[in-house]
Amino acid sequence: MSRDTLTGSRIRERRGMAGMRQADLARQVGISASYLNLIEHNRRRIGGKLLVDIATELGVEPSLLSEGAEAALISTLREAAAAAGASVRPELDRIDDFAGRFPGWAELIADAHRRIGTLERTVATLTDRLTHDPHLATSVHEMLTMVTAIRSTAGILADTREIEPEWRNRFHRNINEDSQRLADSTQRLVSYLDGAGDADASLTSPMEEVERMLADHDYAIPGLEAAEADLEGFVALQPQLTTKAAREAALNALRQLRSDARSMPRDEVAEALERHGMDPSALARRFRVSMAVVFRRIAILSDDLLPDPIGLVMCDGSGTLMLRKPVEGFPLPQFSAACPKWPLFQALTRPLQPILRAVEVTGREARQFHCYAISETVGTVEFNRDPLYRAFMMVVPVAVPLDNPRHVGSTCRVCPSSDCAGRREPSILVDGI
Amino acid sequence: MGKRVLLIEDEPNIIEAISFILSRDGWQVSTHSNGHDAVGVVQDKTPDLLILDVMLPGKSGYDILRELRDEDRTANLPVLMLTARGQTRDREMAEHAGASRFMTKPFSNAEVLEVVRELVAS
Repeated sequence: MSRDTLTGSRIRERRGMAGMRQADLARQVGISASYLNLIEHNRRRIGGKLLVDIATELGVEPSLLSEGAEAALISTLREAAAAAGASVRPELDRIDDFAGRFPGWAELIADAHRRIGTLERTVATLTDRLTHDPHLATSVHEMLTMVTAIRSTAGILADTREIEPEWRNRFHRNINEDSQRLADSTQRLVSYLDGAGDADASLTSPMEEVERMLADHDYAIPGLEAAEADLEGFVALQPQLTTKAAREAALNALRQLRSDARSMPRDEVAEALERHGMDPSALARRFRVSMAVVFRRIAILSDDLLPDPIGLVMCDGSGTLMLRKPVEGFPLPQFSAACPKWPLFQALTRPLQPILRAVEVTGREARQFHCYAISETVGTVEFNRDPLYRAFMMVVPVAVPLDNPRHVGSTCRVCPSSDCAGRREPSILVDGI
Repeated sequence: MGKRVLLIEDEPNIIEAISFILSRDGWQVSTHSNGHDAVGVVQDKTPDLLILDVMLPGKSGYDILRELRDEDRTANLPVLMLTARGQTRDREMAEHAGASRFMTKPFSNAEVLEVVRELVAS
């Protein structure tokens, strides 16, 4: 049954919610109870003044009865059905009927689906942190070391019958010192964990501080497009950059982005995008720059020039992720190693060869992207010197469903793929924690 | 003269506590606190038992133990590894490196004494 023929079902549902008898509503709007019964069972079409009168009596907007509030609801129900897997087979052909007849239950399912998605993202973030967060590992190690020292020393004081005053005093002093250090470590850990619910909190590396700084400026760094930009002065004023290492990393990144901006001025890029569309090859030819410059520049300008922001990931030859510009739906691991199926890593095996792959991210949202990747040498190549490579990947959201996209994940621990040759460790989404 | 135990651990108060309880139990205890030159120290002191922390400045306990197992003189030296991590993976790493026993912090003095006695007796 289609959505627009379910007006009667919605009237019945709303009347029930209002605690109104069928005969009373019929009388209020000047029709017979039997006619209202036919309407409520979708056996008579309804519109115009009668619909408005019934909506008024029920205290709702007429559109809520005629169109339903369920367009978005049905979309979410479809997502929930798709995410259910092969073991459950909801009746997709009756989804409109279900949402119309049981809006409360339908909303409950949709809400549960949304909540599961939120919880999975939280689990992914926290698992990543617990498994790979060097700060957390160091803190826990430090605390266990203090506890060990206190336990052992306290055991000596409690169990040793005759202990020289000199030793006793020394052990008392040690316990005092260790308990103070334990208290300090605990306070630091609690402060750190207080931010654990926020996936963006507790930055642990200089590059993460750089990424936060760029994101806070929406990737539009003041003066970056101007030749005389005072990058040192700008970096010194950024509160996100808390360490010298972070400020140096930021300065290097901004110098690179300024160089890109000089090679590809914003207004000319805007014009070229209008002429060529999202065609990195054409842009590289137009501006006579390498593909990596195009990727970086388009990703940085996309928030300003394109309808949808574009993501960027880069890594070195070891596969370690470096500067990242996230894009919604393509989760980037904060600490752990990324999915080996990313085109970024394919590019490392084929230096200088541009790669374009249609991908779908595994998981509940199953977003699709075009990934453009390439690896290029660092600096100039020289005879008898092994070149170093860096790979770059531009992640472009797509609106039209892709044919046969390749499935990629974020990181193994939170990837639901059950059959993957690249799997390094079990997934907590499949096997549990 | 008691048997000789070498303790390699970088936390001074743990060194002091373990040294105290082992000395009271009749062991000759010597200590060292960094991983960098630990292999040479073990070879110089030729202890009857080595208590080795995993996380040391300069070189990890796993790496030290692998080097010791590659040397004929220390291939069979009883080694008790101490670590603040008790995960299965850490235990497996200790076993693969050649640890005789593996003990997770925090431990009790009685546990340390018991394991030390067992290892030297065996």
